[in-house]
Amino acid sequence: MPQCATAALPRDGPRGQVSGAAAAGALPKRVKVVEVGPRDGLQNEKNVVPTPVKINLINMLSETGLQVIEATSFVSPKWVPQMADHTEVMQGINKLPGVSYPVLTPNLKGFQAAVAAGAKEVSIFGAASELFTKKNINCSIEESLERFSEVMTAARAASVPVRGYVSCVLGCPYEGKISAAKVAEVSKKMYSMGCYEISLGDTIGIGTPGSMREMLTAVMKEVPVGALAVHCHDTYGQALANILVALQMGVSVVDASVAGLGGCPYAQGASGNVATEDLVYMLNGLGIHTGVDLQKLMDTGTFICNALNRRTNSKVSQASCRL
Amino acid sequence: MGTVPSALKHCLSYQHLLKEQLWIGDPAVPPPAAPHPGQESQASGLPEYIKIVEVGPRDGLQNEKVIVPTDIKIELINRLSKTGLPAIEVTSFVSSKWVPQMADHKEVMRGIERHPGVQYPVLTPNLRGFHSAIAAGATEVSVFGAASESFSKMNINCSIEESIEKFEEVAKSARNMNIPVRGYVSCALGCPYEGNIIPAKVAEVSKRLYSMGCYEISLGDTIGVGTPGSMKRMLEAVMKEIPLSALAVHCHDTYGQALANILTAIQMGVAVVDSSVAGLGGCPYAKGATGNVATEDVIYMLHGLGINTGVNLYTVMEAGNFICTALNKKTNSKVAQASFNTATIN
Repeated sequence: MPQCATAALPRDGPRGQVSGAAAAGALPKRVKVVEVGPRDGLQNEKNVVPTPVKINLINMLSETGLQVIEATSFVSPKWVPQMADHTEVMQGINKLPGVSYPVLTPNLKGFQAAVAAGAKEVSIFGAASELFTKKNINCSIEESLERFSEVMTAARAASVPVRGYVSCVLGCPYEGKISAAKVAEVSKKMYSMGCYEISLGDTIGIGTPGSMREMLTAVMKEVPVGALAVHCHDTYGQALANILVALQMGVSVVDASVAGLGGCPYAQGASGNVATEDLVYMLNGLGIHTGVDLQKLMDTGTFICNALNRRTNSKVSQASCRL
Repeated sequence: MGTVPSALKHCLSYQHLLKEQLWIGDPAVPPPAAPHPGQESQASGLPEYIKIVEVGPRDGLQNEKVIVPTDIKIELINRLSKTGLPAIEVTSFVSSKWVPQMADHKEVMRGIERHPGVQYPVLTPNLRGFHSAIAAGATEVSVFGAASESFSKMNINCSIEESIEKFEEVAKSARNMNIPVRGYVSCALGCPYEGNIIPAKVAEVSKRLYSMGCYEISLGDTIGVGTPGSMKRMLEAVMKEIPLSALAVHCHDTYGQALANILTAIQMGVAVVDSSVAGLGGCPYAKGATGNVATEDVIYMLHGLGINTGVNLYTVMEAGNFICTALNKKTNSKVAQASFNTATIN
C-alpha cells in the first residue's frame, strides 16, 4: 500500500477552517504529488503524441522524484484514441523502484488487459453527477459503481491497489451546482468498496476556496483525510488557492500535470489541469517536502511541450524563460 | 477522465456564457452595498468586504509592450468606473522620458469621467509630479518605496532613505491640501537584484511611509516570487508596525502564486487587494512572463468565498475584453478565457 503522508487533524470550530494563522499552522509536513500528465494531460491535448515520446516523458518524470505517475488508460481506442497505445506504453516504460505507475481501468476487461500488460495499480473514475455519468459513460452512478465492484473484486484477488476518482466535486458542466453531500456519498461508496485513496476532482475548475472547504468538510465526515486527494483544474485560475485550502484542512495528496498539460473539453480554449511545476513551487515555498526536483520537472515540461509544439501552461516555467 | 463527450455547443455559445454564466452570477443583479472594510464574516473568519484597487490603467498599461492612445485609456477608465470598483489608479505623473506610456497623464486625468464614490489615485514620485497632478485635477496620490536598496537605486536612482525624503515632501504638501496619499512598498517578497528580502526590512519601510501620513500601505510582490509561506512571514512582521486596516497586498502572478498569496493575506485579515483588469502588465524582469494578477480572477475567488467587493464581474470582463482588443492581445485572466468563446469576440 502506498504511504499516506502524515497530516494534522483538521479543526472543526465555529470560526471555520478557512481563516487565521491557526489554519496555516496545520499544514502537512509532506505532500505526495500524483503526476497525471501522461494520462489526463495527454488525453486532453489536441495533438496526439507518438508512443516513444510518451515513454520518454514517463521516464523523465520518473527521474524527478515523483512517487506516482499515472501512465495511461486501458479504455477502448474507439473512445480515447490518444491512449490507444496503452499496452506498448505500459510495457515500454522504465519502472523505477519506489515509483507507482497507476493506469485507468473503466471496467473488468480494461483491468484484465492492464494487469496482463504489467500494471501494478489501477484507478477507477466515478462522478458526483448523474448527468455527467450518463453523458460520459452512458449509465447511472449506481450502475457505474456496480461495474467498479467487479474491478474491485478482481483487484483484491490480484493484490492490486485501486485509486478512486470522483469527478465534478465542485460543479458539473451539465448539472451546475453539485451538493457536498452527494460528493460525500459517492466518495464513501468508493472507499467502502476498497479504494485506498479517493481523488476529488474539480473537473471544470470552477471551485473556489469556499466551495472546496464546504465539500471537504462533508467528505471528511465519511472518509479519513489520510485517504483523500485533490485534483484541481485551473480553468478559472483557482487551483492553487483551492489546493492551499485543502492542505490547510489536512489533505496531503495533490494531483497535477507537468506543464499544465490537458485543456478543458468543456470550455473551448481554456486551460485544464494545474501545472505540477507551479504546485511544487508553492509547496517548496511553504516548506512542505515533496521529494520532487523542480528543475528536472521543468526540463521534462520543456521536452513534452516541444514534442506537442505548444507553450507551457506553467507560470513557473514561463518565468524561468523556458518554452 | 473517461470518455470525452462531444462539445456542448449551447453551453459554449458566447451569449449563453456571458448572460447565463452559472459560475459568474446574474449580471443584472446589482452588487449589494459595501460594508466598511475590516468587518469580519462570522462564518469563515474572512473579511466580509474587500476593497479592490484596480491598477490596470497605470501599472498594467505601463508594463505593456504596445502603447495605447489617450482616448482608449480614457474609455477603459470610464468603463472601469461603471463596474463598482472603488479605486482606479489612473496614470503616473513621472517624466515621459522615463515612462513614455504615461506621457499623456494630464490629458487622461482631465479626460476621464469621475464617478462619485470612486477614487482615482495617480502616481507622484516627487513634489514636482505632485504639483502637476494636483493642477490636472488629481484628488489622491501614491508614492512608491521599496524594501530593497538595489531596486531603489536601479529603479529611481537613489537610496531608500533618499526616496523617503522625497516622499516626505509630497506627504507634507498633500497633508496641507487634504490629499490622501497611498504608499507602496515594492519587492516585499523578493528582489530581482538582491534575491531574498527580510520581512523586518519591509516592516521598517512600511512604517516610515505610514508615519509620514500614508493612509494605506500596499505591499508589492514585484516579481511574483512569493508563496503563502513568505507572504505569511512578511505580513506578520509588518502587522507589528502597521494596523491591519491600513494594509493592502499587490501580488504579481509571475509564478502563478498570486491567488494563493492573496488568500493567505485575507485569511490574516487584510481587506484591500490590488489587481489589474485582464491581468494587464507583464513582468519587466522575466521576459515573456506575466505580471499583475487579473482582477477578474481575484473577484471570482472572493465572490466564491462569499466576500463582497461591490464589483460586477461581468462588466469587468467586458472592460477587459475591450482593452485586450485594443492591445491586440489575449487576456491573462483565466476566468475571461474560460468564459469567452475565443472565436467570436466582437
